[in-house]
Order: sequence, then C-alpha cells, then structure tokens
Amino acid sequence: MYPSEYRYTKDHEWVKVEGDFAMIGITDHAQHQLGDIVFVELPEDGSTFSAGDEFGTVESVKAVAEVYMPITGEVTEINEDLEERPELVNERPHDDGWLIRVRITDPSELDELMDAEAYESFVEEESK
Amino acid sequence: MSDVLKTTPLCAEHISLGARMVGFSGWNMPVQYSGLMDEHHAVRQSVGLFDVSHMGEFRVKGPDALRFLESITTNHVAKLTDGRIHYTLLTYPEGTIVDDLLIYRFDENNYWMVVNAGNIDKDWSWVTQHATGFDIELTNESDRTAQIAIQGPLAETVLQQLVDRDLSEVPYYHFYEGPVNAVAAVVSRTGYTGEDGFEVYCASEHAVSLWRAMLDKGAEHGIKPAGLGARDTLRLESRMALYGNDIDQTTNALEAGLGWVVKFKKDDPFVGRDALLRIKEEGLVRKLVCFEVTGRGIARHGYPIANASGETIGVVTSGSHSPTLDKAIGMGYVDVAYSEPNTEIAIQVRQKAVAACVVKGPFYQRQK
Repeated sequence: MYPSEYRYTKDHEWVKVEGDFAMIGITDHAQHQLGDIVFVELPEDGSTFSAGDEFGTVESVKAVAEVYMPITGEVTEINEDLEERPELVNERPHDDGWLIRVRITDPSELDELMDAEAYESFVEEESK
Repeated sequence: MSDVLKTTPLCAEHISLGARMVGFSGWNMPVQYSGLMDEHHAVRQSVGLFDVSHMGEFRVKGPDALRFLESITTNHVAKLTDGRIHYTLLTYPEGTIVDDLLIYRFDENNYWMVVNAGNIDKDWSWVTQHATGFDIELTNESDRTAQIAIQGPLAETVLQQLVDRDLSEVPYYHFYEGPVNAVAAVVSRTGYTGEDGFEVYCASEHAVSLWRAMLDKGAEHGIKPAGLGARDTLRLESRMALYGNDIDQTTNALEAGLGWVVKFKKDDPFVGRDALLRIKEEGLVRKLVCFEVTGRGIARHGYPIANASGETIGVVTSGSHSPTLDKAIGMGYVDVAYSEPNTEIAIQVRQKAVAACVVKGPFYQRQK
C-alpha cells in the first residue's frame, strides 16, 4: 500500500526523494479520510517553506485540510493537473496526485520522518 | 448535554454497510457510505436512501390542537386539511427562530410536529411551556419513531413495490397512514433533497426490516444508502435552510427569506407576530442570499463576505462544492444593499478574497 522508498509524516504527507529534489503529496489514508477532493490550493513556484509550515490546502466537498511541509525546501514545481483534475489526489495519491516538488535544503531532516512500516503502524494506532 | 451519542435503530445497518459514522447534534450518524459525490448523484439521477430517524415527532391531540398550533407557529394551520403537510416555523417573541418544522394534519384534533434532531429537547420545553390553557395532549414520540427518506426520480417506483396504495395519487406535501412492507407506517411525499421522494415513518422496532426491504427492492434501480454529507449538498443546491447554519435564534424569519410561511393575516396572533410585523414595516437590514463563487476557492460556513472595497458586509452560513453544478456555491447573510442578484461580492477564504456573485437561487431545480 505505502511505497517503501517514501518517507511519511504524522500529518499524513509523503516525501519521495529524487537526488536533490523531493516530491510531496498526501497519503492514501489522508485522501480516504477527506473523501471526494474538489479543490487543491498550492503555493507559487519559488516560495520557500520550513519543515512544519503550511504550504497549501486540499478540500473535499465537505472538509478543508491544510497540508504541511515534511522538510524544509524551495518549491520548484507544482502539480498543475490538479487544477482541472483534483480527483487525481483520490485516485492516485502516491504518484499522479502529487502536490509539489521541492529542492531539499537539509537532507538530514528526512531522518526525522517515518518509513512505510512505521507509518502503517501509526495509521493503525490512530484509527483505534 | 451528555457526551454519549444517541443512536438510531439503524446504526448497526450503517456500520455493516461500511458507513463512516460521525457525531451530529448528539447523534451517531452515517456521513457517507460509498462516497458523498456518488450518493449525491444517485439521488439526483436514480434513488437514494437516508436514515433520518434522529428527527423528532411531537403529537398534538385534543379540541384545542389547531388553536394551539396557530398560536406558536407562523404558517396558517387552519388551511391544512386531513392528510396534508406544511412547512412552518416556531418563532421567539423577537421574530427569531426556535426551529423550522413540518406540521402534519391527521384530523382536526390530531397533528404531528416534525422537528430537527438537534432541537428536540429545546422544542419540547418550548411547546410544553406554551401549552398552558389549551385543552390538548402533547406526546413526544421521537424515541419510538423511526424515519427513512427515499429520495430521487425513482423513489416512487421503488416504494410502490412495498405498498398497496397507488403512490402516483399522493401529491407533494400530502401523506397517508398505511402499511409499507406489512408494517404500519406514515407515508409522506416530502423531502430535503429537491428531488421527488417520500419520507416513511414507522415504529422503531420495524426500521431495520423496512430499511432492508427498500434497499432490496431498489437494488435493480441502483439505490444507494446516502449519508448526511450528501443530504447537506442536496439541500444546499435546492436552497433549503439548515437550522444551526442558515437560521437560528439570532436570525429572523423575514431576513431568512421565509416570509412565505409567515401569515400575518391568520385569525390568531402567534408568538413573534408583532416583532415580525415591525421588522416588515421598518425594512430588512440584511438578507440571506445565494451566491456562486466565480474565483478559485470554496466558501465555508463562517467565512466573511466583503464588498468590492474589501469591507465586510456579511457572513457565509452554508458553503460547499456543488456536485450537480460542479462549482462552489453557498448562502449567507449580506447587508440588503448587496442582496440583489448579479451583485459582485467577495468571500474571504483564509487570506484571500475570492470573487463571488449573488444569484437568485435555488441552484438546482428538478424538471417536473
């Protein structure tokens, strides 16, 4: 379910490292909790955020969820397909439904995040 | 208020159908099953089934039943005939709203008030306090009464398979008492979705068999159980007020656009009449309007509404993405100067002002 090469946060974001860059999205668990996603608001290219900063919102018909930076970085690309097709976040949360791509500032921050196994137990624990 | 959520007789059914349950006005209710959009479209295109057993039912019986109801509600109860229903309001002396409700006339000395779940306790003390001096018997039948709403263009087709009566002869806002799947019931052609449909009331112990029978007969028509999420988007598209969002103890009946159920000319004065007459003569200060969001964003309950210069002129009371129209819609109170259709307004969505436009409403109207 959760790709083993990704890293995860307690706020249900994922990070996929690609060299100096990282893709960021929300997890399958998060999209499922939100329900039908109809609107995604993302930052401008070039904006920088610290780990833990709110960088956008994902809205379902009924709910608004803020998304937070798992690591510090500069936004180099946003997923423009989501403007027309926000439902991609529901359908393919771990790949086509990605949110932003960032240049990683401090790779050591990645060590603070959960691996897939730890995240899966975290979700299980949380839904008890 | 107790922290323990109340449950309807259908709670176990919802859980076995995979519903996500949430607390709503003190009740543990299904918010969605297959998904809000899927359920919403099922109701608009075919048929959906809702558990609304949390709603309250008060029986009003006795020689003074009519006079009592006239004295506390705004609509003209004397106009009802046996088997007819109307929408009405309980109002405070200030003209603000205790609750919105339906009144059913069984016969001239026997009525039902169907009230909102979250207001049952408040309404019950309100009606009992106002009953002094009337020769009536009041019974709170809420706990022993279940209610299932079957809604959508195919609702009649599905329900017809479970009743003897020809449902095509039951007009909108009419009801009858009779068996549904061999269970004693009240069958009412009403709903909160903007679609054709029925609300079926029965004793709590029969709710499960009735629910299952409707799902079974509806299977070939694509019936879907639908939760509170879809109920809310359906009613909003149809511009139906939700107590606690669009109307409450701080909003008066006229600014809420409910003047059509306030009958100043009926014989008996009702609680709130004088205040509402004065408000009518003085003119409204603000009005509940419908709007469409034309910029990028979704309006939500509580977001401020601004004019073109950025001054706050109102507040959003209901806002959502509309699954039928595929755009963001909402309702809110605005200063009367901004209440005409086509007026450009802005919704303050977090840090951004998002363009919106006042529209006439309802957002959706079914083809009859």
